[in-house]
Amino acid sequence: MPRPIKSISDPRLKLEILSPEDVRRIHQATLEVIETVGVRFPSPKALDVWEAHGAQVDRNTMIVRAPGHLIEDALKKAPPVYTLAARDPAQDLPLDGNHVYVGTDGCGVQIIDLYTGERRRSTLRDVAEIVRVADYLEEVAFIWVPVSAQDRPPETRGLYELKAAWENTTKHVQTESIYSEREARASVEMAALIAGGREELRRRPVLSYALCTAPPLGQDPGTLEAALVAAEAGIPVGFMTMTSCGSTAPATLAGNLVVGNAEVISALAMIQLACPGAPVFYAAAQTAMDLRTGGYTGGGPEDFLFGAASNVLADFYNVPLSMGSFATGAKEPNWQAGIENSLSTFMACVVMSDMLLGVGLLHGSRIWSYEQMLMDCEIFDIVYHMMKGIVVDDETLALDVIRAVGPGGNFLAQKHTRKHMRELWVPKFMDRRPYEEWEAKRDDARDWARAMARQILETHQPEPLDPQLSAELECIIEKA
Amino acid sequence: MSDELFQAMAQSIIDGDPDVAADLARKAVEAGIDPLEAINKGFVPGVDYVGEQYSKGEMFLPDLVLAGEAMKAAIAVLEPEIARKGGQRQTLGTVVIGTVEGDIHDIGKTLVATMLSVGGFRVYDLGVDVPVPTFVEKAREVNADIVGMSALLTTTMVRQRDVIEALEDAGLRSRVKVMVGGAPVTRSWAQEIGADGYSEDAIGAVAVARQLLGK
Repeated sequence: MPRPIKSISDPRLKLEILSPEDVRRIHQATLEVIETVGVRFPSPKALDVWEAHGAQVDRNTMIVRAPGHLIEDALKKAPPVYTLAARDPAQDLPLDGNHVYVGTDGCGVQIIDLYTGERRRSTLRDVAEIVRVADYLEEVAFIWVPVSAQDRPPETRGLYELKAAWENTTKHVQTESIYSEREARASVEMAALIAGGREELRRRPVLSYALCTAPPLGQDPGTLEAALVAAEAGIPVGFMTMTSCGSTAPATLAGNLVVGNAEVISALAMIQLACPGAPVFYAAAQTAMDLRTGGYTGGGPEDFLFGAASNVLADFYNVPLSMGSFATGAKEPNWQAGIENSLSTFMACVVMSDMLLGVGLLHGSRIWSYEQMLMDCEIFDIVYHMMKGIVVDDETLALDVIRAVGPGGNFLAQKHTRKHMRELWVPKFMDRRPYEEWEAKRDDARDWARAMARQILETHQPEPLDPQLSAELECIIEKA
Repeated sequence: MSDELFQAMAQSIIDGDPDVAADLARKAVEAGIDPLEAINKGFVPGVDYVGEQYSKGEMFLPDLVLAGEAMKAAIAVLEPEIARKGGQRQTLGTVVIGTVEGDIHDIGKTLVATMLSVGGFRVYDLGVDVPVPTFVEKAREVNADIVGMSALLTTTMVRQRDVIEALEDAGLRSRVKVMVGGAPVTRSWAQEIGADGYSEDAIGAVAVARQLLGK
């Protein structure tokens, strides 16, 4: 049986972070940047696409300057709604603007070992084990390749990661680790095998790509060529900007949004020019640099504002959004991690971002922690409950019960209480025990999360992938 | 006269204004002030002040970078004068730096280059996507004390090892120290590939470079 998936829908909370006039100005500024400053597309194939559609292309600098109408017309061809398919159709994820789904974070390079507590380099086995735990968790709707399989050769690493993911989950898989046309072709073949053929893959994409831009105002060559291959095969492709105030973007938040927006919409437009109607999505994880080191901070009020603002932009372009939330800069699952991941996730959820990335990584998406993964799921669960808002009707106003109990008394013995009590939130990792019980044990959320992760890993068996399919995936990788 | 000029020079560094710094450098040359003295008594105190303020938490990375840009502009005017007089600007050492092949990530590497140059090193920045032999050739050509390599991807990080091996093959390894950095790079990776130095950020990189050269 596939595990159920918990997603936010029919929200009752709202936030207006940018006015329509604000959005219009950001959009106009973005078009002006693309037309007059340009965006670097360092791939001859991408430049060919732009040139064929009348953009101004400088083959030496590889900078493209495209008029606003070309960008706007191209973006109109992007489908506003489509479905991320899962190996088990019961776990399909419609990106319809009325769902918020959470993925695992990626792509970390180290992991805190679940049994020894030691911090070490991540391996293929870690990918498999994390995905197996994620398959169990109902808060995790899709898999982002969580850590890098550094015990596999760089040329095929991204492909081994995909194989390990499909072998350990029936949920949708998204990768951010395909960096070349060669790997992209192999990944399409692998996805077609899982989906049951090329046409079936187009109908039910069991794989999607999240690809990073190269801020400011640039793209990565291998990434562009991989995206073109994927889009042609009907695999949804998203471009993620990680512009950082002060280093890769202006220090001002609006300026940051303009630079990131120019990177993302120019890339999405290029895909639409090459493959009209291909499913694409907007992806973002903007931040402000740390003023002392220049580093990526992964948390702070600026990030939280970006988390809400990005969905307004994605809505304006009528494409789904994948938003970087969670991903704390903290070194351990601690106070900082709790604050950063709660606020970033709340802000991204309250505007109904379609996909959230993601649970489980520390230190700016570098170190995997199973403890953090499970606590992040609890954060999402809290926000999930908040998004239901307060329902006001006869049943919830509960006048009959108030009358029955009257002044004094209590509501414990009321049927109304028993009927509705399970709507109240029950924590997994919050400490609500009596003080003395805590004092005697001195354990906390991290211990409970670790124990639960171990239990899931030791007992959960996802629906296995047909061994024949596994062997064929291996063949594709070996030939790649 | 020169005291006032020296003060203005320091201020141009603190303000991070390359145009003013270059103008003041030209004024010093016209006034016949020794260019080495202009650097050491004029501009360097400005760099020192910015560094101190940074350590106190009163100034931030952009202040350091702008100070570095102003310093570069001043030195670009004064260095030819020093050479013309048969002298040479003292540096802490020569660094060849770049982002490894297959990787186009620029900002961290450039920041390290700027900080090293502000910190008193002579820096040759090879840019991004730098092939292995280019590191080796440049290190030989400029007689580098340090080769620095950046990588942002786990798939390109392995090139750092290739460069170290190529330095060995070229017989240069005993003469140069190797520093590595980049988001996926860790101290254990640096040790594994036999690098001499590793830092998580640009400020730390300057301290590591000084330490490696015993300065």
